[in-house]
Amino acid sequence: MKFALNGASRSVEPAAGQCLRTVLRGLGCHGVKKGCDAGDCGACTVLVDGEAVHSCVYPAFRAEGRAITTIEGLGAGAGDLHPMQRAFLAAGAFQCGFCTPGMILTATVLDPAQRRDPAQALKGNICRCTGYRSIRDALLDRVNIDADVPACGRSVPAPAAVPVVTGRARYTMDFPVDGEAGPAPGTPVLHCRLHRSPYPHARIRRIDRTAALAVPGVRLVLTHEDVPARLFSTARHENAHDDPDDTRMLDDVVRFVGQRVAAVVADTEQAAVRACAVLDVEYELLPALLDAECAMLPDAPILHDKPADARIADCRRNVVAELHGGIGDVTAGLDAADVTVDVTYRSQRLQHAHLETHAAVAWQDPDGVLTVRSSTQVPFLVRDALCTVLDLPRERVRVLCERVGGGFGGKQEMLVEDIVACAALRLGRAVGIEYSREEAFIGAAGRHAMLVRVRLGATRDGVLTAMAMDVLSDTGAYGNHAPGVLFHGCGESVGVYRCANKWIDGVSVYTNTPPAGAFRGYGLSQTNYAIESAMDELAEALDLDPILLREQNIVRPGDAMVSFDSAEHDVEYGSYGLDQCLALVRGALDRDAGLQAPQGEEWAVGAGIALGMIDTIPPRGHLSQARVSLEPDGSVTLHVGTAEFGNGTSTVHVQFAAAILSVPPDRIHLSQSDTAQLGYDTGAFGSTGTVVAGLATVRACEALRRDLVAVAAMRLGVPEADCVLQDGAVHSGTRAVSYAALAGAAADSDMTLQGFGETTGSPRSVAFNVQGFRVAVNRVTGELRILHSIHAADAGRVINPAQCVGQIEGGVAQAVGAALTERMVIAPGGAIANPSFRNYHVPRMADIPLTEVVFADTFDRLGPFGAKSMSESPFNPVAAALGNAIARATGTRIRATPFRPDSIFRLLAPACPSRPDTGPPSIEAVHPVTDPSGGIAITPT
Amino acid sequence: MRASEEPALDLHFVETLVRPDRRAALPEPLPGDAFVGGGSWLFSEPQTRLRRLIDLASFGWTPIEPRPEGLEIAATCRLAELAAFEPVAGWPAASLFRPSCDALWGSFKIHNVATVGGNLCLGLPAAPMAALATALQGVFLVWQPDGGDRLLAAIDFLTGPGETALRPGEILRSVTLPATALRRRAAIRQASLTSHGRSAALLIGTSDPGGAMSLTVTAAVRRPLRLDFRSPPDAAGLQAALSQRLNPAVLFDDLHGSADWKRHMTLRLAEDIRRELAA
Repeated sequence: MKFALNGASRSVEPAAGQCLRTVLRGLGCHGVKKGCDAGDCGACTVLVDGEAVHSCVYPAFRAEGRAITTIEGLGAGAGDLHPMQRAFLAAGAFQCGFCTPGMILTATVLDPAQRRDPAQALKGNICRCTGYRSIRDALLDRVNIDADVPACGRSVPAPAAVPVVTGRARYTMDFPVDGEAGPAPGTPVLHCRLHRSPYPHARIRRIDRTAALAVPGVRLVLTHEDVPARLFSTARHENAHDDPDDTRMLDDVVRFVGQRVAAVVADTEQAAVRACAVLDVEYELLPALLDAECAMLPDAPILHDKPADARIADCRRNVVAELHGGIGDVTAGLDAADVTVDVTYRSQRLQHAHLETHAAVAWQDPDGVLTVRSSTQVPFLVRDALCTVLDLPRERVRVLCERVGGGFGGKQEMLVEDIVACAALRLGRAVGIEYSREEAFIGAAGRHAMLVRVRLGATRDGVLTAMAMDVLSDTGAYGNHAPGVLFHGCGESVGVYRCANKWIDGVSVYTNTPPAGAFRGYGLSQTNYAIESAMDELAEALDLDPILLREQNIVRPGDAMVSFDSAEHDVEYGSYGLDQCLALVRGALDRDAGLQAPQGEEWAVGAGIALGMIDTIPPRGHLSQARVSLEPDGSVTLHVGTAEFGNGTSTVHVQFAAAILSVPPDRIHLSQSDTAQLGYDTGAFGSTGTVVAGLATVRACEALRRDLVAVAAMRLGVPEADCVLQDGAVHSGTRAVSYAALAGAAADSDMTLQGFGETTGSPRSVAFNVQGFRVAVNRVTGELRILHSIHAADAGRVINPAQCVGQIEGGVAQAVGAALTERMVIAPGGAIANPSFRNYHVPRMADIPLTEVVFADTFDRLGPFGAKSMSESPFNPVAAALGNAIARATGTRIRATPFRPDSIFRLLAPACPSRPDTGPPSIEAVHPVTDPSGGIAITPT
Repeated sequence: MRASEEPALDLHFVETLVRPDRRAALPEPLPGDAFVGGGSWLFSEPQTRLRRLIDLASFGWTPIEPRPEGLEIAATCRLAELAAFEPVAGWPAASLFRPSCDALWGSFKIHNVATVGGNLCLGLPAAPMAALATALQGVFLVWQPDGGDRLLAAIDFLTGPGETALRPGEILRSVTLPATALRRRAAIRQASLTSHGRSAALLIGTSDPGGAMSLTVTAAVRRPLRLDFRSPPDAAGLQAALSQRLNPAVLFDDLHGSADWKRHMTLRLAEDIRRELAA
């Protein structure tokens, strides 16, 4: 068939079942993204005869004779940007940028009426990163980005801004044509697909691969018989012993529906898929454990019978990790209290829903080095894991990523790299894998579901006398991140309060459900929800203002930060702005800003707040190195190990380098996240991109600056103290020597001017977030409307305001989804019942309120340029703040997220005379939520 | 050339495509056949049982055609074409077309592709075209594989979640909305767990100048439900009649809303519609 693609005539013969997206990507239009495979997310949007369509559900054969425009064809040509691309640049309307081409193309065809109601018009476009405010701004031609002002504290554009809005930014499966960061040009890449378990718990008796191998084009079938049996963890940490070694690349026992059983590698994806379908596997079914609350019962099935060096806390009770500890005497503290609360809260399982699914390509370079291009937050740790699992020396393995399409913790795992690496080594060929959206739900990690009981005691005037927390965390079938999430979750949520008597019991258990993993907040979002809700219930019981109650009990500089133990630690008050954050939120709520409450007796209005504290760096070491070198033309090349997945740290690194070296940002070439380029970086997780990797960059640039000054001073014959760096040259009085001249001189003597910096992630500081909401709840329908959302953050010095605000808005938006709409449902047979965006509701523009973001005025003495971390933490206080606002509005409280209209309705229905009989049992009935009316004991004594 | 660099296929089990331009060119039905309307749902799932796609767009049917006896809507009429239909004087109920399309989960970009027939044949309880066709007493023309035709009333078309009255090999050719129904006044209401979300309840009411009122309930129930009142019901009468019909056996409980809430919202929206039509 013939059609026009971006103005050029094309002729292809699509297969009968092919969609337009794969045709276009096959023709090199990599700006057409694969996001959801189902017409839900809009990342693949293209124009067909001027009409916008989701190309993933547009039959390719329908393109015959039509004119198709992709992001690559937008604009006047010859590098000219379309006005909408310029608007997205000016508004800074992207983070990871994976949704951006589709978002821009969709926006170009909106008529005036649609532009007035973008929430309706863009209901087919999901952005997981921004929270949509900056996208609204782009549609309104608002400017948020300062044009190339290199200073820290200004909203410098992201280095990749133009590639992102033009669709040229390369994500994992957008192989570069130059072969530098992908298989050599012309190398066919074989396709790997996984055969997954249909059962939650079974032993594999036999695998007959005859039929699979008979499918034409199939090259290899890998089963547990073919791969190393070594136990490891898919979780990646600086210290590989942080996680239990309970996972095999392919196991002869499957422990959740969706676990990989075999990998098929074939010439085409079609052959691989068909071979997976005919692979003959015989299972012996084992009893399944689906309910975490039953995991420790004596008759519960045992999931893992592993040796002690697997580091599982107690195999016989399905306990992966546990902690018990505290200070003082909680019983005495509760006895001494005038008021106590004893409440239990439930947080659900969530999916990260990064728009770029897990994907990797593995090949051997001409020197035989195993090279893996992956969608990962942790290339160095994946490199080390591959070395361990495949028994290879470090110098024989290279892992790299270019731009990563979102992560949120989901890519702090090795989920696909091992299998394609293994296949590539076997076959001596390049092998790629790309998850479907369904696989992202069933075959990747999510947030740990938790049940958290909180007991608080306080005196009549609101001084805490006791805090006790009991955590049950459901880690699913494998313990990746189970200990870390449990320990971290039991940290700052409790440590932020001053109280003489604290006790925490925490346990993380196995179940035959898909494994949970690292998720934004890393355990804190669940415990924060419980503690901050319980604090609100305590305030109610005391009849105290909830902000005042917190002000009376929060830690202040000088106070020990204690949760489950009082051991020495490396967390300091590098700065402190929690008091400011509380005051800012109080002020905003008192102003009664935001939307007017709807009229009518049905509507009840209330406000709620919650706070959060987070250590700025994960514990137990986080290493980062940076190298900066002066090029012969006087420009600067900066190598950093940390990855860019929408967190915006690339911009911050460039700002640091520009500020220290006095060069414009466009003279700085950033090279990142490639194990071949640099010694080491632990990875982009724990919000470390600025405070750890950024500090390494600062140190590297300062080292280079010292050398520049020394060399220039010698050349100019002046003391170093007289030298000033300005505009790409070293000045002394009226004389100057350019960086190019310095680089040239160095080259003449066979030297390179370069600086090296590294950090170890210690000591650490603390950052704070306070969220406030005013909401209206319809007592009759259960509808919730957010009238005002205010978020105060203590981020230290804000290096890039537009980006930092974007991180906060995005965190709040993701948390609003977690609090109101998102929920992974486990069906009775153990499968995920809703593995798609149409059944797992990721917020769209219509779901997200505008959030007013304000900052405390602080400067951190530990962070680079006074900065603190601000990526994960905005997520944490949102659910409790919303729940508290709903409780204040309605006088009653739901103790489980998400707060959906039907659950709010059910909560309020007894007061409603028209309440009908309930219908048949809902799917929740399979896993009953805590009775929202039960479980509370407020006992004034 | 063959676009083979990337995964070459999305419906990996489909082997052939047939694009008939006239009825006589339709192939003999086979197991694994699927008729393609817009394809926006068909291509959204792996479809492991499908082997052959039969494209309906290749017939080139006129999407939407007003006639004296009513409005004939081809099964291949795209939702965008339906929503853009210029209202004909004297057919106030045509004002339902745009809000019915907007009740679809999919965006306007899906409206550019998805068809009226495709939406109906999926048999989803939340299908907005089912609400529209039932409320406006649509008559479905069905092509039988032996060359014969049969007619079906809209209310009889959907038989349960994912189930329709179509037999193997049958094709939904068109839906005709009679002029008598289009002349009625109409009101539509939707409830959803989220703004612009999947329908948890989608109700359409119509009334004629004589006071007769009809109410169609979808999404909250397993198949469309229709109540006809010869004279305008009062609030209590409507609630009583509807409550009786909304028993547990007909309610549709799914991820998009619990059955008790859907029932509650249905009763509430029904009263809203009654008031609007009575005004």
